[in-house]
Amino acid sequence: MLQKLYDWVDERVDVNPIWRDIADHEVPEHVNPAYHFSAFVYCFGGLTFFVTVIQILSGMFLTMYYVPDIENAWNSVYYLQMEVAHGQIVRGMHHWGASVVTVMLFLHTLRVFFQGAYKKPRELNWIVGVLLFFVILGLGFTGYLLPWDNKAYFATQVGLEIAAATPVIGDMLRTLLAGDQSIVGAQTLTRFFAIHVFFLPAVLFGLLGAHFILIRRQGISGPL
Amino acid sequence: MHRGKGMKFVGDSRIKANKERNVPKDYSEYPGRTEAFWPNFLLREWLTGSVFLIGFLILVAAHPSPLEQQADPTNAGYIPLPDWYFLFIYQLLKYQFAGGEYIVIGAIVIPGLAFTALLLAPFLDRAPGRNVNKRPIAVGLMLIGVATTIWLTYESVSGVDYQARGEKYAVDVEAQESEVEIDTEAAGYAAYEANCMQCHGEQLQGSGNNPSLLETEKSVEEIKDIAVNGIGSMPADMFSGSDEERQQLAEFIKETAKANSGGGSGE
Repeated sequence: MLQKLYDWVDERVDVNPIWRDIADHEVPEHVNPAYHFSAFVYCFGGLTFFVTVIQILSGMFLTMYYVPDIENAWNSVYYLQMEVAHGQIVRGMHHWGASVVTVMLFLHTLRVFFQGAYKKPRELNWIVGVLLFFVILGLGFTGYLLPWDNKAYFATQVGLEIAAATPVIGDMLRTLLAGDQSIVGAQTLTRFFAIHVFFLPAVLFGLLGAHFILIRRQGISGPL
Repeated sequence: MHRGKGMKFVGDSRIKANKERNVPKDYSEYPGRTEAFWPNFLLREWLTGSVFLIGFLILVAAHPSPLEQQADPTNAGYIPLPDWYFLFIYQLLKYQFAGGEYIVIGAIVIPGLAFTALLLAPFLDRAPGRNVNKRPIAVGLMLIGVATTIWLTYESVSGVDYQARGEKYAVDVEAQESEVEIDTEAAGYAAYEANCMQCHGEQLQGSGNNPSLLETEKSVEEIKDIAVNGIGSMPADMFSGSDEERQQLAEFIKETAKANSGGGSGE
């Protein structure tokens, strides 16, 4: 039955080349922790992606309860935390995931750097990776405001002052992010929500796609 | 690869009619013990991922994510603290030549240079080898950068008492859960609204450094005195109004605190 279903799909879409592009590649000995335990350093990138997937899934569930509005944001998070079944776990995954993804990303960056894996022909993939780093820090910054508690509010004020310190475009940048030149309020919350949930994830997906396509084409860097 | 005449397609599509089997390529010619990603290595990866996920979920279950009191822009006493991965920049801005008037240097120039260098690392590090020993400048700069970041992060939190912060800024769940009855018709309520509400909250619940009035055990006379003379970090002369209003205010606070205390005075 399953085989028939597979054949039916295969006849129409030709699965084999797709499968070869995605999954049929070699794993060299020097990156395989089964042979050399020290090769666990090659897991950091994969774990970063794994936690990113956790973030995407838990974030999708959080938006089922979260209300991006200054009257209700905190109350909706409080309700999620205290009343909703497993709400504390889902929010906890998103909260701790934000930290763990940063740690993994840091370790992955250091691994690539100290192994000199960004050298020719992998310069482009390094640049995409550093941009991913910025996007993920941006997600951390915008996500911090969303619970609308004191910690979020006052840290965001500091963050916006840093953005406003940019020469020439500082004030415009601040207005773009916060919705006002001086107030951190209702506009700020909805803008950060939009940036956190729509703009940055869109950029993130594009960059992640480029990161994976490049590594699949170039293969993993050889042993030192 | 089959090409040219004799190729068969499904209908008028470009999909080949004679299928290849989904067998991984033969990697035995590759150096060392190279193996196919599918399926052996993927299985190992899943096992590693599962162990990681278990550890992660233990962390999540053991430490519920924190939620502080609702944002209150008028809370002047709150000491902001960003998430840990921004602490280094927060600390940098505290230094004389990286903050205040010179905020451009601390907020834009230094991080901008560091991150631009990181972004362009492949073009700055032109040494031919990949080995750490063969590119001392790049590796040295990175080590300095990492050490500085770690040190700045440590400096910014070495004086922070997270436990005290947690206790001070945490949500008072009991107060949140119990329905506080505020008699807005009471004679003293108008005086409370005019003089006290800004700091002690609509529900007398307090915020930050400003204590909740619901748990007060002070007498009416003491409350009257505090309204005029202040107490602790509360400045004097917060109250302005007639003596009668002050009396009503103190009675209102006392009554509300009594009615909402666990013991309760009953109705």
